[in-house]
Amino acid sequence: MVKDQNTVCFRTMHLKEKVRHTLDSYLSVGGYGQWKRVLNERPDPATLIEELKLSALRGRGGAGFPTGLKWSFMPRSAPGQKYIVCNSDEGEPGTCKDRDILRWNPHQLIEGMAIAGYCIGATVGYNYIRGEFYEPIARFDEALGEAYAAGLLGRDLLGSGVDFDLYTHLGAGAYICGEETALLESIEGKKGQPRFKPPFPAQAGLYGQPTTINNTESLASVPVILEKGGQWFLDQGRPNNGGPKLFSVTGHVNAPNNFEVPLGTPFWELLEMAGGVKDGKALKAVIPGGSSVPVVPGNIMMNTDMDYDSIAKAGSMLGSGAVIVIAEGTCMVRVLANLAHFYAHESCGQCTPCREGTGWLSRVLHRILHGHGRPSDLDLLDNVAGRIGGRTICALGDAAAMPVQSFLQHYRHEFEHLIEHGRPMEQAA
Amino acid sequence: MSFRNAPLAVIHDVDKDTLFTPEIRAEIDRHVAKYPPEWKQSAVMPALTLVQDHNGGWLSRELMDQVAAYLDMPEVSVYEVATFYGMYDLEPVGRHKVCVCNSISCMLGGSEELMQHIEHKYNVAPGETTADGKFTFKEFECLGACRHAPAVMVDKTYHECVTPESFDKLIKKLD
Amino acid sequence: MSDKITIEIDGRTCEAAPGEMIITVADREGISIPRFCYHEKLSIAANCRMCLVEAEQGGRPFPKPVPACATPVGDGMKVQTRSRKALDAQRGTMEFLLINHPLDCPICDQGGECELQDVSMGYGEDVSRFTERKRVVKDEDLGPLIATEMTRCIHCTRCVRFGAEIAGVRELGATGRGEDMRIGTFVAHTVAHELSGNIIDLCPVGALTSKPYRFTARAWELTAEPSIAPHDAVGSNIQLHVRNGRVMRVHPRDNEAINETWISDRDRFSYEGLNAASRLTAPMIKGDSGWAETDWQSVLHWVADGLQRVVADSGADQLGWLMAPGSTLEELYLGQKLLRGLGGRNIDSRLRQQDFSGDAADPALPWLGLPIADLEQQRAVLLIGSDIRQEQPLLAHRLRKAALAGAMVGLVNPYRVELTHPSRQLPAAPGRLAAELAAIAKAAGAGGRSSLKGLIATADSGDVHAEIAAALKQAGADGNGLVLLGALAEASPDFGLLKALAYQIADATGCRIGFLPPAANSTGAAFAGALPHRLPGARAVDVPGLDALAQLTEPRKAYVLWGIDPAHDLIDPARAVAALAGADLVVACTAFRTPSLEAVADVLLPISAFAETSGTFVNAAGDWQRFQGAVAPPGDARPGWKLLRVLGNMLELTGFEYASARDIHDALAAQCADRAPDNTPRAEYPVGTTAEAADGTLMRVGNVPIYAVDALVRAAPALQRTPLSAPLHLQLHPADAEALGLQDGDQVEVAQGPARACMPVHVSDDLARGGGRIPAAVPGSGQLGAQIGPIRVAKVSGENDQ
Ligand SMILES: Cc1cc2nc3c(=O)[nH]c(=O)nc-3n(C[C@H](O)[C@H](O)[C@H](O)COP(=O)(O)O)c2cc1C
Ligand code: SF4
Ligand code: FES
Repeated sequence: MVKDQNTVCFRTMHLKEKVRHTLDSYLSVGGYGQWKRVLNERPDPATLIEELKLSALRGRGGAGFPTGLKWSFMPRSAPGQKYIVCNSDEGEPGTCKDRDILRWNPHQLIEGMAIAGYCIGATVGYNYIRGEFYEPIARFDEALGEAYAAGLLGRDLLGSGVDFDLYTHLGAGAYICGEETALLESIEGKKGQPRFKPPFPAQAGLYGQPTTINNTESLASVPVILEKGGQWFLDQGRPNNGGPKLFSVTGHVNAPNNFEVPLGTPFWELLEMAGGVKDGKALKAVIPGGSSVPVVPGNIMMNTDMDYDSIAKAGSMLGSGAVIVIAEGTCMVRVLANLAHFYAHESCGQCTPCREGTGWLSRVLHRILHGHGRPSDLDLLDNVAGRIGGRTICALGDAAAMPVQSFLQHYRHEFEHLIEHGRPMEQAA
Repeated sequence: MSFRNAPLAVIHDVDKDTLFTPEIRAEIDRHVAKYPPEWKQSAVMPALTLVQDHNGGWLSRELMDQVAAYLDMPEVSVYEVATFYGMYDLEPVGRHKVCVCNSISCMLGGSEELMQHIEHKYNVAPGETTADGKFTFKEFECLGACRHAPAVMVDKTYHECVTPESFDKLIKKLD
Repeated sequence: MSDKITIEIDGRTCEAAPGEMIITVADREGISIPRFCYHEKLSIAANCRMCLVEAEQGGRPFPKPVPACATPVGDGMKVQTRSRKALDAQRGTMEFLLINHPLDCPICDQGGECELQDVSMGYGEDVSRFTERKRVVKDEDLGPLIATEMTRCIHCTRCVRFGAEIAGVRELGATGRGEDMRIGTFVAHTVAHELSGNIIDLCPVGALTSKPYRFTARAWELTAEPSIAPHDAVGSNIQLHVRNGRVMRVHPRDNEAINETWISDRDRFSYEGLNAASRLTAPMIKGDSGWAETDWQSVLHWVADGLQRVVADSGADQLGWLMAPGSTLEELYLGQKLLRGLGGRNIDSRLRQQDFSGDAADPALPWLGLPIADLEQQRAVLLIGSDIRQEQPLLAHRLRKAALAGAMVGLVNPYRVELTHPSRQLPAAPGRLAAELAAIAKAAGAGGRSSLKGLIATADSGDVHAEIAAALKQAGADGNGLVLLGALAEASPDFGLLKALAYQIADATGCRIGFLPPAANSTGAAFAGALPHRLPGARAVDVPGLDALAQLTEPRKAYVLWGIDPAHDLIDPARAVAALAGADLVVACTAFRTPSLEAVADVLLPISAFAETSGTFVNAAGDWQRFQGAVAPPGDARPGWKLLRVLGNMLELTGFEYASARDIHDALAAQCADRAPDNTPRAEYPVGTTAEAADGTLMRVGNVPIYAVDALVRAAPALQRTPLSAPLHLQLHPADAEALGLQDGDQVEVAQGPARACMPVHVSDDLARGGGRIPAAVPGSGQLGAQIGPIRVAKVSGENDQ
């Protein structure tokens, strides 16, 4: 069984629920120690970034890009305003981890953002939180107030000459704003339509200025990495897969929850922590990294460890760490139709393949699900998905395509059955 | 010059002090202050949210135009924003908004049954308002509360692991 | 510019500049890559995904196909535009574009010239695999110029970007998201921008089409004739699309130096006026029982006799000769030649000017002062008396580019001009404009020549004056500052003084000076000698004739009017009509019958309108642009130069033996070979007193609205229905309205001397205090007097009065 749970982003979890999120609680676990050290010692940002690189922290938002490397792209000493932006838009189906960081450990995110700002030369940060998160928003804003009052945010902090201002910006219900450049557009008061890259945000991001965007969990991990050292963090996980990571285990399990466990933890262990498959059913399939990644049959998953490289070997991606468990007896056509509906609904609409293709996929799947499928539909789905993936501005196109292709790869027979007989092979959801 | 990174400010010929209420203006101004001065339009989302909250949960064309005027934006840019994000309603709504998550984890946790229950029991389809005007029923994509599925957002509060029975209790408590 | 690099496209080695997009290089090399959202004049959206190509850099292939429009080239990059991978990506996009696109090409106005249709020929798969229901989109009424069929929209967003980037007004937007995204205004309001028609060209499909042209012809039935636009001094290059001897529509022709790829709505939709019912189709003579048609032979004899009789009886000085500045160079040249051949001197084409005190000082060939494209490079521009968007839409567009690039644009005008870029405006009533200029001159440190010294020294310089002066000085020092005089300055009773001050400011700041010639051939008129003080080649006249206004204030016995409607084309219609009515002989050569012409003329000679004759226009930048007639004039109407040639021959004048318009052009060109436009004044401007309004009067500001500028535009129905064409009204500053006890909507009678007209009041603080803005050249304005001059306003007690 995993021994070291909740060592990084969830390190306040053992505290009383009522006070867990307060400044005092955070200080009691050593919080703001790193930020104060930075302010007192003014270390060379390059050394901090080196520490991060050593830790092998990979972006927790989905793409898994090494955070230290990302920060090193910033022209930190170039003149002009630079920004650090936190992505708390958490909209990927299956993912509910950032919400808990905001609710239970908001100060650690603030500290992480402040340190990030220092490292990349940004004196202003924005935390983009999805608008539905009323409670987490209130918690975060409360924490911001405490941090300002304690002199941890603002101007000339602790007499260091360092400035850092941090604001929340609220979304209003659009999954696509989790895509980093759509998020920037949204902060700029526009529709959340992803920008074409290049230029990358590190060259021209928010308001045209160099900007770094990181996921909530990535940023909240930083204080602990600096406190315990990059090597410690790396050792918690696997080479190239540093540290513990939050996994949102949901779907057909008895005790769905968020678990902060080392990368490399075997899937079966995680499943056990979540109480095993619901109602004692057999495991059918797992979507291991949020709804956008390919589905993996249960038997393969049971032999896979939860880290970026192992899951890639299993034919999928770790993504945001949202582990969606599907029990035997579930109709996979229904599941895929649900996913397809989601992407069609959430496409921003600018790229032709995504705007037109996601709706097409969704309609065909809906038709199949309701017994009006045609044998030619399956090749059509596969082919249309192939014409979306890799041909759009942002990865939503790929996210819409990959589930379709993987479901057809592993569960084609269920689709064929439904088309042939007009009713699903498996009756349950 | 790219259209993307240049705010297209339009100066509106209105006295800003006649728009909204002093309280709303102060609140919008608090948001405006977060952004660079030439980027007042960054406050368009919070402004729309505020104005919607003060208008019984929906945005009329006039209110959107006022937001445009207040933030010196072209009206159509405000319409673009208001029609893009799912939390803005451009038609009158019921006294409450009941948003049921329909995405994968909630679906696996029973949100389809929950929605059927709501449709039948309250005689309201997604997007509609109950006959008594009590609530507007909205289908929402992933609410980010997947581990306690199915999740329902009633106005500004999340309710988790909602069953048809607990849903009915919830509705009963609403005015 | 940094060094060139080499890339390879489809195996061909191409030179490129680092950072250029693949598509730019390919276009230059003539390698065609399909595209919908990309347009070289708009920002890159990269959203249609049609231009996907395969590429590799440094031997490493890009993992996915890349959009050629948004992928910068790097040294040694290899691009495949037609490889299997590239074609597959392009086909995929094509299929997606077509699934929701109606297959209504046979009834679509874009049929035959549709970019989607063209590309789909190359890529489309015959059998549609899409069997779901197609999207249907509600249409919006965008007004009288643009027809919509939004179900055909492919969401390229070119029209939206045009609005934001070129027009500077966001009228169209993309609302909704995903497949519910819709292009439109969202609230169904009429688009009202003087360049709006360009979105018809930009729209790659038939979603946005021309409303006047709609359903009138198919693209393949049309022949395209190159021409030059006739309504402003830009000389936009256009194409007339002709079928069966009729102009069916007008499109731009690219000319980077002049109009880039744009044309104004005025140039695009005025062709409708060619077919107006008011066209004059046969020579007419006024008899005792009214107007009667006649034949050319007899009417020309009658005219020749009449002119000769006046000359014989009263002397050639009793001939007045007024020509529209939009006439062709050939007409203007022959016109002055004929008059001067008869011994006359009184010819003018500056019809909207009333202060000619500067004639002796004026440069011989005034012009814009720089090539049109260079307007964009200016760092500071002072516009004096110009509603530039209305007067010269495409020059306004160039200035907007300069402003967006950081240039200071200052304006001294009788009213605040609506612009879509930052500007510094100093609105002042007509009599106060000089004081504003003096204040700028003072801030710029202009000492002032003796006569202006007092004015400048006593001027009251404020912050804005100082800012404008400082910006002009800085730009002047770098050689990119400009002072421009426009149509409202030209119409001012203080034009001479304004010019004097403009030159002072230009001198003091090191800026260039320029004029915005009011019409398509105002510059040409100076070359042709259609001026009282200039012979062809702008050579000085020993004894100048009477200018346009003097010909009316000192009435002549006989007049020839060329392309002129007295009620609308002359600065003081009331006075003009009176003078003409009192003449013994009025010969009107015109393409249109108008009530005021019928009232004052003795004969009406039908001449060709724009597009019906060959000729030459010289634009603001001094470019001579020749064009051919594209259609025949209606009925018995004849090209003007032919009429003048025959008349010259009948009058037995020498030098009328031209075989073609080209010969006339060549003859004039020979006399102008050593002439170039030049704004150096030839003497010091005399300085009189300013025309300030007396107590109890306001100064009329008679701007000519964009769609009132000439007879052809006034006869174009769709343009007349746009929101830019306002009916007669009086605009007042709120303070003046209050002083007069007037409110918005009140009906008033406006008096200019004996002239009177009734109109409603609009209150607006765009107008400077002391001004009364009443448009000129619109229906009803013909009863009034000078475009700029004192007026008295009295409320009419009507039913709305208690
Ligand atoms: C369609 C789409 C949705 C996304 N949603 C989120 C999200 O909700 N939260 C998030 O952190 N990253 C999301 N991402 C990933 C971000 O674009 C980005 O990679 C990430 O925020 C970077 O942070 P990281 O490097 O710390 O992971 C999304 C990406 C795509 C293409
Ligand atoms: S892939 Fe879809 S969501 Fe992403 S930018 Fe393109 S249209 Fe928008
Ligand atoms: S032309 Fe390149 S994506 Fe549209």
